[in-house]
Amino acid sequence: MRAWHFSENAYHLLPDAKEYDSIRVTLPNRYYDPKLGADLYHRYIDEWVIAEDLGLEIMVNEHHETATNLNPSGPIIMGILARETKKARLLILGNPIANRREPVRVAEEMAMVDVYSRGRLEVGFVRGVPYEISAGNHRPTRMMERFWEAHDLIVRAWTSHDGPFNWEGKYFHHRQVNIWPRPYQQPHPPVWITALSPDSARQVAEKGYVVACFLTGFQGTKTVFATYRARRAELGLPAPNPDRFAYAALVYTGETDEEGLAGARKLMWYVEANKVPLQFTNPPGYQPIAATVNAMKGASGADIFKLFQNPTLEGFMKNGLVFAGNPDSVYRQIMKMYEYVGGFGHLLIMGKAGFLDHEETVKGMKLFAREVYPRLKELTPGGMP
Amino acid sequence: MMQSVSESGWLNVHGVQLEVVERGEGRPILLLHGEEGLDPKSSFLDLLAAHGRVMAPSHPGFAHSPDAETIDTIDDLAYLYLDLLAEQGFHEVTLIGFSLGGWVAAEMAVKSTDRLAKLILVDPVGIKVGDRETRDIPDIFALRPDEVARLQYHDPARAVVDYTTLSDDALTVIARNREAVALYGWEPYFHNPKLRQRLHRINVPTLLLWGASDRFVTPGYYGAAYRDAIPGARLAVIERAGHFPHLEQPQAFVERVCKFFDSVVG
Repeated sequence: MRAWHFSENAYHLLPDAKEYDSIRVTLPNRYYDPKLGADLYHRYIDEWVIAEDLGLEIMVNEHHETATNLNPSGPIIMGILARETKKARLLILGNPIANRREPVRVAEEMAMVDVYSRGRLEVGFVRGVPYEISAGNHRPTRMMERFWEAHDLIVRAWTSHDGPFNWEGKYFHHRQVNIWPRPYQQPHPPVWITALSPDSARQVAEKGYVVACFLTGFQGTKTVFATYRARRAELGLPAPNPDRFAYAALVYTGETDEEGLAGARKLMWYVEANKVPLQFTNPPGYQPIAATVNAMKGASGADIFKLFQNPTLEGFMKNGLVFAGNPDSVYRQIMKMYEYVGGFGHLLIMGKAGFLDHEETVKGMKLFAREVYPRLKELTPGGMP
Repeated sequence: MMQSVSESGWLNVHGVQLEVVERGEGRPILLLHGEEGLDPKSSFLDLLAAHGRVMAPSHPGFAHSPDAETIDTIDDLAYLYLDLLAEQGFHEVTLIGFSLGGWVAAEMAVKSTDRLAKLILVDPVGIKVGDRETRDIPDIFALRPDEVARLQYHDPARAVVDYTTLSDDALTVIARNREAVALYGWEPYFHNPKLRQRLHRINVPTLLLWGASDRFVTPGYYGAAYRDAIPGARLAVIERAGHFPHLEQPQAFVERVCKFFDSVVG
């Protein structure tokens, strides 16, 4: 198994949540102190470099108009890390390509980072959370159609080497696509796509990409992974290796269970601070009509949503969204998830959030890398492809 | 005698399926709903059907009209309904559009008024009035539902719906309508930057009807700009009504429409 260190580069130094309606979209940026922000950027970059020293891989993402994440451009932070590191794999999960106006620009940025990292880049494509819709002014309806057209254009741009091609699609228009540089890895960097629903899992399976589940717990993750495997079998395609599956959780490893749980409690800021009003959590068209109808009826849908409405560390641990405790406990919890969902090859670790300070963050990373990770690596004795 | 049909029927326009309410006889009236959707039980429909043949389709994506792959802009809807008028062989049509439907009606009229007798725009959206930093139309997708109701209704209590009392079908219609509004109105937000400069082409008598309490698009600012851009158009307000005067003051709304039918010059 491969483990990836991931941080959202949060700006957590906010006033009491009673003072604002939403941590996303509308929170005035006067609450952001650029001098403190600069210190935080350097600290977070240092932690990614430490992750590499510890033998972990590196993951970044991007979000917009939010204090929960100060990476409005994943490619920029990844560009820095590609230079600051030498051996770690570099995963951007991901590029919100239904929301980027220029897919060709995404293809260029990714090719550039792939080249100067000498082929260490892994490129994620994500639909993006519902709160990004207002932040980016992107129409939430027919969004996946736009997503897949952007994907097709990017892959075509990466893999065309004989001069310009023409693209006059429904959503994107380019008459002379001919990117420089082209990717270092051939035919292109590995692609990852996040999935919450069986529908998207099927499409990712057809392409044979890595499917990643974020905080989806036991049942949600099992459904997505099982759908992926079933779709491959249905199409007569080779059964997927564990390296096609990734699971993201909040993880804190302490010397003792007490220390691990104390760290995890600080990580919980990530969910507890996510104060967002209804108009931003469910923009029209983002979720299927039937799901909206259920919500209107007061049915809270899958149990996982109830968890997020009233997040507790106990609830998150019980459902496999947080792995925390001493190294043995963390290993046991990860393996419980691993076995329940039929195995996965990538653990995406949100190892920094909220008020977890630098020393605490690094301590959790170190204990994980030293005491837990070697045991997880034994799951794939030949190493990961 | 007034024909009263409680159920809606279906129309097919160039392969696009439309749920449609048809009531009454006489002068043809094409009625284009807005964000509120078309409730066949709304009293203004029967009141209006006493004065003509009302044809009220639900736009693709609204109510039970299926999504249409080929239709995702207001411009598409304008051509769709011009096609509908031609296919039905309608002439001397009174075209009435509400809010987003008013925008569709205005787009139709700048393309062709050949089959139109009169145009009535009810609290229409569709034009850009102020400069780029002026929020002509509040962003309903970024406001709490109760704030949207306060902007759009004279009596915001009217907008309160107890979802638990509604059928799955009724809830599905509400959810579909909301999604369709985003499809057509998301960007540019509830307007076509070019529409205002084209409104001078409208050469049929035009009435702008506006709820006096409409705080979403106000009569004094937005309504006046619309009126000024259409040659000879008149702007009339309906008291104690917000953005949907046909729902809040159906009687007064239909009276205003009839007065306009009877007027010679518009």
